[in-house]
Amino acid sequence: MSGPLTNRLITFGEVSRFYGEVLGINRVNLTIPPGITSLVGPNGSGKTTLMNLMTGLIRPTRGDIRVLGIPPDRPEELGPIVGYCAQFDNFPKGLTGYQFLHSFLRIRGMSEVECAERTRSALDTVNMTDAAQRPVGAYSKGMRQRIKLAQAIAHDPQVLVLDEPLNGLDPMARAETIALFQQWGAQGRHVIVSSHILHEVDRISDQVILLSHGYVVAEGEIQGVRSEVKDQPMQILIRCDHPNALAARLFQQDHVVEAKIHPDGKGILLRTTDADRFYLLLNRVVLETGLDVESVAPADDDVNSVYQYLIGGEGGTV
Amino acid sequence: MNPAWMRQLTGVIALEWKKTFLSRRGWWVYLLALGPVVLTFLHSLIRARNQGGHSLFQDTQIFAGMFELYFLRLGIFFGCLGIFSNLFRGEMLEKTLHYYFLTPMRRELLVVGKYLSGLIVALVLFVASTGLSFWLIGRHQGAAWSEFLQHGAGLSQMIWYMVVAALACVGYGAVFLVAGLFIRNPLIPAAVVMVWENLNPFLPSLLKKFSVIFYLKSLCPVQINVPPPLNVLVTDTDPASAWIAVPGLLVVAMLVLAYAAISARRVEISYGE
Repeated sequence: MSGPLTNRLITFGEVSRFYGEVLGINRVNLTIPPGITSLVGPNGSGKTTLMNLMTGLIRPTRGDIRVLGIPPDRPEELGPIVGYCAQFDNFPKGLTGYQFLHSFLRIRGMSEVECAERTRSALDTVNMTDAAQRPVGAYSKGMRQRIKLAQAIAHDPQVLVLDEPLNGLDPMARAETIALFQQWGAQGRHVIVSSHILHEVDRISDQVILLSHGYVVAEGEIQGVRSEVKDQPMQILIRCDHPNALAARLFQQDHVVEAKIHPDGKGILLRTTDADRFYLLLNRVVLETGLDVESVAPADDDVNSVYQYLIGGEGGTV
Repeated sequence: MNPAWMRQLTGVIALEWKKTFLSRRGWWVYLLALGPVVLTFLHSLIRARNQGGHSLFQDTQIFAGMFELYFLRLGIFFGCLGIFSNLFRGEMLEKTLHYYFLTPMRRELLVVGKYLSGLIVALVLFVASTGLSFWLIGRHQGAAWSEFLQHGAGLSQMIWYMVVAALACVGYGAVFLVAGLFIRNPLIPAAVVMVWENLNPFLPSLLKKFSVIFYLKSLCPVQINVPPPLNVLVTDTDPASAWIAVPGLLVVAMLVLAYAAISARRVEISYGE
């Protein structure tokens, strides 16, 4: 499979990776389009394995991987288009932040002038210009995280792979970093992020990949993933002026399995096994009773809920 | 205009210098190289105070012994072990090798770059140490030593010792780089190589030729015999000619390096996890 379309995708075809007898990932088939894609799963689910595979740091035991059409075992072709902020919190000894970025740009084959220019630009992007001449060893955890991020973006890659990039960042830096992800995603780059901070993942992701025990449990836009989870009734929050009356009416339906008045008394939270029938019913009830409905919105089509439904409380944190 | 691969190569060498060789971590390698310089300097001072004693011939014999026993079997061997085995293994232990592997640099070129950076340091340290030690060992002889260096066999001997030291760095460097790249604990193959190299005088003629030290010793300008009673165990073998030893060592080192360069494409980042 090749062509202009596949050359804009990251694809995994039946990819498995074993560490001796230990399973890393198994029979993974994925197609990742440009935009922000979050990898979600408990520790040991295969997130880092997936990232290491797509950046060529490890090889698949079986299967085929293409990153914008390039197999990851060709570093000379993959290197210019991929930036990886790995989980390892380690740096070459004795270098300042500036030297760290500059040295690896030089190893990328750039000229002295270009290295200096890109180093300054990357440092500026992550707000590390003031600390650039200090040794990396003296940086705080948050600063190390930011200098790693700068190193990953310094060569202006098309594909950014970021393993827990928000770890150690203070709320301000976290917000700035998320804004950067969104900016890169909007520019049509691939931004692949793994994170345990599910509500932030939820906020920024164009699509999610849920992993568990080395298998892809679900992938796609989060609303689409949620709608595929048939065995969990959909939660819907309806804001209206007479929630009690609405609850009484809705509860007569067999597809409504639960209806609770919202703690503030101005809404109703219900669970239904058939969302389509519910929406039709709600329209009818509104027309018949003249209820004033302020809003109707799904309450569990977020990453956290889907994570809980598909993977359970195996270690994901909210 | 430098091509990109040249910039990558010089980039690796510059980075290695910055982070490894100008750091405190390599102090013991500097000591290994500096040791004989200090010793020969002291020898020169003591002999200058006590007129007489060693002859010029004896000084060259002492240096030949020191060169074989210290430089070849200890200083350069362990110095190269420290320098070259850490080029990749050190990065793996410190979990920093992935930074290199994520660049568009060909792995073959990375191996060559790392090897060259190690080689430059080893050559500067051990070739300079060899030359300086040779110059110092007979300095107490005054004009006779200057005459020996300028018009006698002294300069030729010194150059050959330096060439042998350089070839030792080339050969052991390639071996230890490979060991560091593929073996989790390079001390184990280093111990095996060391035992093999030290058993060399006692090995049958054919086996002697499968070692680095045999060719290095063949090139030394002054030969040192194994003292009694061990000499009865020594098997006599004709030394290899310079025309075989020099290109032979270079070719073997290049082959070992080529193997490392090609195999490096298959190296993965696991950091033992």
